[in-house]
Amino acid sequence: MSNQPALRTENLEVTYTGNRKVTALDGVSVDFAENALTAIIGPSGCGKSTLLKSLNRLHEIQPNAEIAGEVHFGDQTVYDTDDPLPEIRRRIGYVPQTPTPLPMSIYNNVAYGAKIHGDYSREELDDLVETCLRKVNLWDEVEDRLDDPGAALSTGQIQRLCLARSLAVEPEILLCDEVTSALDPISAEQVEETLESLKEEYTIIMVTHSMDQARRLADDVVFLYLGELVEANDARTFFENPQADRTKEFISGHGASTYLEKSSDESDSETQTDEQVDGSRDRPTAVEQ
Amino acid sequence: MDRYTEQRLFGLLARASAALIVGVLALVVGVTLFRGGRVFLTDPAVAVTPPGSRYMLDGGGGFLHAVLGSLFIVVPATVIAMVLSLSTAIYLQSDYSSERTSEVINMFLNVLWGTPPIVYGVFVLTVIIAVGAQTSLIFGVIAIAIFQYPIMTRYADEALKAAPDTVKEASYGVGATRFETARVTVRAALPGVIAGIIMGFARGIGDAATVLFTAGRSTQMPGGPFDPATTLPILIFEQAASFNAEVRSHAYAASFVLIVAVLALIVASKLLAGRYARFAPGGRHS
Repeated sequence: MSNQPALRTENLEVTYTGNRKVTALDGVSVDFAENALTAIIGPSGCGKSTLLKSLNRLHEIQPNAEIAGEVHFGDQTVYDTDDPLPEIRRRIGYVPQTPTPLPMSIYNNVAYGAKIHGDYSREELDDLVETCLRKVNLWDEVEDRLDDPGAALSTGQIQRLCLARSLAVEPEILLCDEVTSALDPISAEQVEETLESLKEEYTIIMVTHSMDQARRLADDVVFLYLGELVEANDARTFFENPQADRTKEFISGHGASTYLEKSSDESDSETQTDEQVDGSRDRPTAVEQ
Repeated sequence: MDRYTEQRLFGLLARASAALIVGVLALVVGVTLFRGGRVFLTDPAVAVTPPGSRYMLDGGGGFLHAVLGSLFIVVPATVIAMVLSLSTAIYLQSDYSSERTSEVINMFLNVLWGTPPIVYGVFVLTVIIAVGAQTSLIFGVIAIAIFQYPIMTRYADEALKAAPDTVKEASYGVGATRFETARVTVRAALPGVIAGIIMGFARGIGDAATVLFTAGRSTQMPGGPFDPATTLPILIFEQAASFNAEVRSHAYAASFVLIVAVLALIVASKLLAGRYARFAPGGRHS
């Protein structure tokens, strides 16, 4: 799994032709490095989710989306391909923003993808479910209640269950759409830890609203503004030495407000090991006082 | 009139209309249970005894033929309508269809929904005459299925629409096909879908107009799919107007059987829906 190819978009253009025409993505060309976590950031409605979903053609399930351009996936192309769509979506998995259990047991939530893609014996499935649940640090919490409905878990647990479900089909890339935005801070932190550990094995591309989160987790950052790519860089350069003016503005303005919101839960700041994050966390708090 | 008086008056109206519904329902069910129950419980055998040779005149025997006719017509019809309506609802709610076709089909569904059942009856009668057949059980099945189809489709469509989009996304996100995703969506919407199927069944078993011209008003035991048959509502319709008190009392007994069956169905749908709601995203957790 280590030499899997990264994704590369080429002049990706997505237009929604509903009641009025909206260009959600306007010629975005960007590379996503392998075995790294890339954060897609930008203001609301700038096309973050559209970019994410267009990477495995998930936006095609909503009517009235038109697309031009191409996504390269290793030596394959995502759009110009003879492979059935489900095969592409298996290799490029997607985790939705709202923690959504499938209407089945915890066990079957994880086994679902595996069951539809291949023949597994009962033992193999058992192993797979356990491995995936362990990878997302959920196994200890659910091992005694695998037959309970997935919907009976807490929201944070459900989101980790969703990650486990995506892992069970052995994807190469994981697309995560603001996976912590619906969670309380503690669950969000658990999901973040999970993502942190997963990026050893998988290429993760995540959309996030939180600059904090991007700083903490991302290796690379892609900044979109009104459907256009403003800057794509490694996280350190992006936050410390942004190239585009718009990035500078966005980081200082948006970043500060994010900190102010979060300044109430200082308790978890001890767990931050990245001094870059700690340093920047102090600054806006001081501004507030 | 000041705002608070307005509010109080509307509150009164709202409560009164709710009370009226409950009251009317209780009255109808109560009277049927009382009058029909008295007849039925003194002689429960009427429901399982075949009719005598002069049944409509002197009420000899029972109305087993109508009970069986109802079952043989409505059960297959419900199965047919269920397959059709679920497929249609999935089509309407999935990316199999475009928004525009969905709109057009929805319009047709509403027309079907609003069509009086007697019109279906006459339509199928035309077909019967055209193919030179006689009124028979099988045409009753067809007519009832056509009648149930829009009702069940509407329920299933609403239920699927209410299922969170993210269920679809999650399923596609692990590489499911459209059919697999549709199955998951139906499972997520199962409480509503089951309610729709049972409502369709209940409406079907209670409808007389569709069966009148298609399966007929037979007073004999149904012999096969191509023989005339009848259902409980038609039996009630025919017998309630009879001048023979014995025959009239059978109409009440039949009403009792019918209403108990419908109530049992509704209870069953509630129980089933509750059972599956545990698994539905955002559903009740136990």
